[in-house]
Amino acid sequence: MADMVEIRWHGRGGQGTVTAAKVLADACLSSGRHVQAFPEYGPERAGAPLRAYNRISSKELRMHCPVLNPQIVSVVDATLLDSINVADGATKDAIFVVNTSKEPKEIRAKLKAESSQKVFTIDASKIAMDCIGRSLPNAPMLGAICKATNIVSIDSLLEDVRKSFGKKFSQKIIDGNLEATKRGYGEVKEG
Amino acid sequence: MMAQKSGRIVAVTGNEAVAEALRQINPDVSAAYPITPATDIMQRFTGFVSDGKVKTEMILVESEHSAMSGCIGAAAAGGRVMTATSSQGLALMWEELFIASGTRLPIVMALVNRALSAPLNIHGDHSDGMGARDCGWIQLWSENAQEAYDNTIQAFRIAEHMDIRLPIMVCLDGFIISHSIERIEYIDDDAVSKLVGEYKQLNPLLDLEHPVSYGPLILPDYYMEYRKAHAEVMSKVPGIVLDVAKDFEKISGRKYGLFEEYRLDDAEIGLVILNSAAGTSKDVIDSFREKGIKAGLLKPRLFRPFPYDEIGNALKHLKAICVLDRADAFGGSYGPLFIDIAASLYPHKNGPVLINKIYGLGGRDYMPSHAELVLNELVEIVKTGKVKMIKEYIAVRE
Repeated sequence: MADMVEIRWHGRGGQGTVTAAKVLADACLSSGRHVQAFPEYGPERAGAPLRAYNRISSKELRMHCPVLNPQIVSVVDATLLDSINVADGATKDAIFVVNTSKEPKEIRAKLKAESSQKVFTIDASKIAMDCIGRSLPNAPMLGAICKATNIVSIDSLLEDVRKSFGKKFSQKIIDGNLEATKRGYGEVKEG
Repeated sequence: MMAQKSGRIVAVTGNEAVAEALRQINPDVSAAYPITPATDIMQRFTGFVSDGKVKTEMILVESEHSAMSGCIGAAAAGGRVMTATSSQGLALMWEELFIASGTRLPIVMALVNRALSAPLNIHGDHSDGMGARDCGWIQLWSENAQEAYDNTIQAFRIAEHMDIRLPIMVCLDGFIISHSIERIEYIDDDAVSKLVGEYKQLNPLLDLEHPVSYGPLILPDYYMEYRKAHAEVMSKVPGIVLDVAKDFEKISGRKYGLFEEYRLDDAEIGLVILNSAAGTSKDVIDSFREKGIKAGLLKPRLFRPFPYDEIGNALKHLKAICVLDRADAFGGSYGPLFIDIAASLYPHKNGPVLINKIYGLGGRDYMPSHAELVLNELVEIVKTGKVKMIKEYIAVRE
């Protein structure tokens, strides 16, 4: 991985996208790196499109502005693919991870991804329904990103999912999220 | 030298970091009223109060005017006092700010910088802090969450110093820092308590054995002497800020000055810029250096009192400087930071050419490309000796 990795998240208000960016930052922190996680703040409404960002670096992070050229693009809600160009500014070697039941090939075509860019899909909403009983796709998305990008080890990630959900939720919800993260890691498909 | 005392590495927001510093300091009293984006600081802090993690007497009031009034009362009574606010909240405190400083009460306030209404805007902008620059408070400005945390700890020592006893604001950028998560290092609770020390009272109202009077009427016979004394006490602040920074370095390994000089020694062109945008600019300065262009940066930390001599000396050798302001001073004037930088260079006859850019108002993003444009303009000014426009808004629709 390069010295600095920049990630852009596309989601909708209420899906846990901002929490996912925070958990990822925490997980990367444990491996001694510098991290940032920040959403783009607008009027906060459930269902409205939102972006969040991560920077992960071996060096101190001084940049305090949105990410324009992400190496990783995480699309938490595939309906956004119809309204937003999520590939905007993505680097030539960018990795896309999209929450969808569709095949990676179909998404690759939709994104008009270059051959040097990688496209992964994961049915994170279904996994979330199976494991948590609600369509909160952030945990399986994190698992999928972990597998697709190697940005953090699955053990660090699981530990941080346990920690961040442990503060607020019951053991059942924590276990559900851990299972969802593992399944995201296991079921992500490249194409 | 690097006495890193078992710092805890965490990923937290700027607000969370300030709240943690306040928990470690455990003030006697706080009076506060919520306002975006500062709300989160006091929300977390009141959580510490409810959980018994601090012994602070928390007064939840009905406005910021009352919040500052409550802080003034509690500080005059003899307590260590703090609060937090932003934007309209600071504006509503306006008359009380002068009473706090004129009464020489060492109140500490986190100011999460936000634009002023109208039009209503909740985002990062320095108009609030700049509006209060002449109210007799000390102001420390912070680039990131780490500096906001570090400055908050140092602020208590500075404000409560027996030679000055002045209120102090710690400024950090709304949302950009207050709500963004970053890696920072916390200092041990014990080390913080030791550095800040026991609160020393000075003429407390509650000392019934030694009654004192606060808030007297002072007529033309003595008012001017009183104000002159305030001006003189401000001149002692820079020395105290540096002394506290030395002690702080011993427990943290982190160095602070009155301002930060970045690659400035041999620089020919330079940026002067406050807070979070300074970080973004430093990365761009590095890329210009890689191209062989001698660029540097100065980031003020102690903005009030403004260290005119020191900053003038640090900048006088440059050929061209752009001062970037995240606030404007309406009235046909330049931005507030520009005015001070120009004043600091006034004694230096052959000083640098100065230009002023207004950027980032109401949370408008400051991108690396903006720093590049400005630095390229400075390169051009050095080459041709010509300035197109002294003051200009950047990244704005025409």
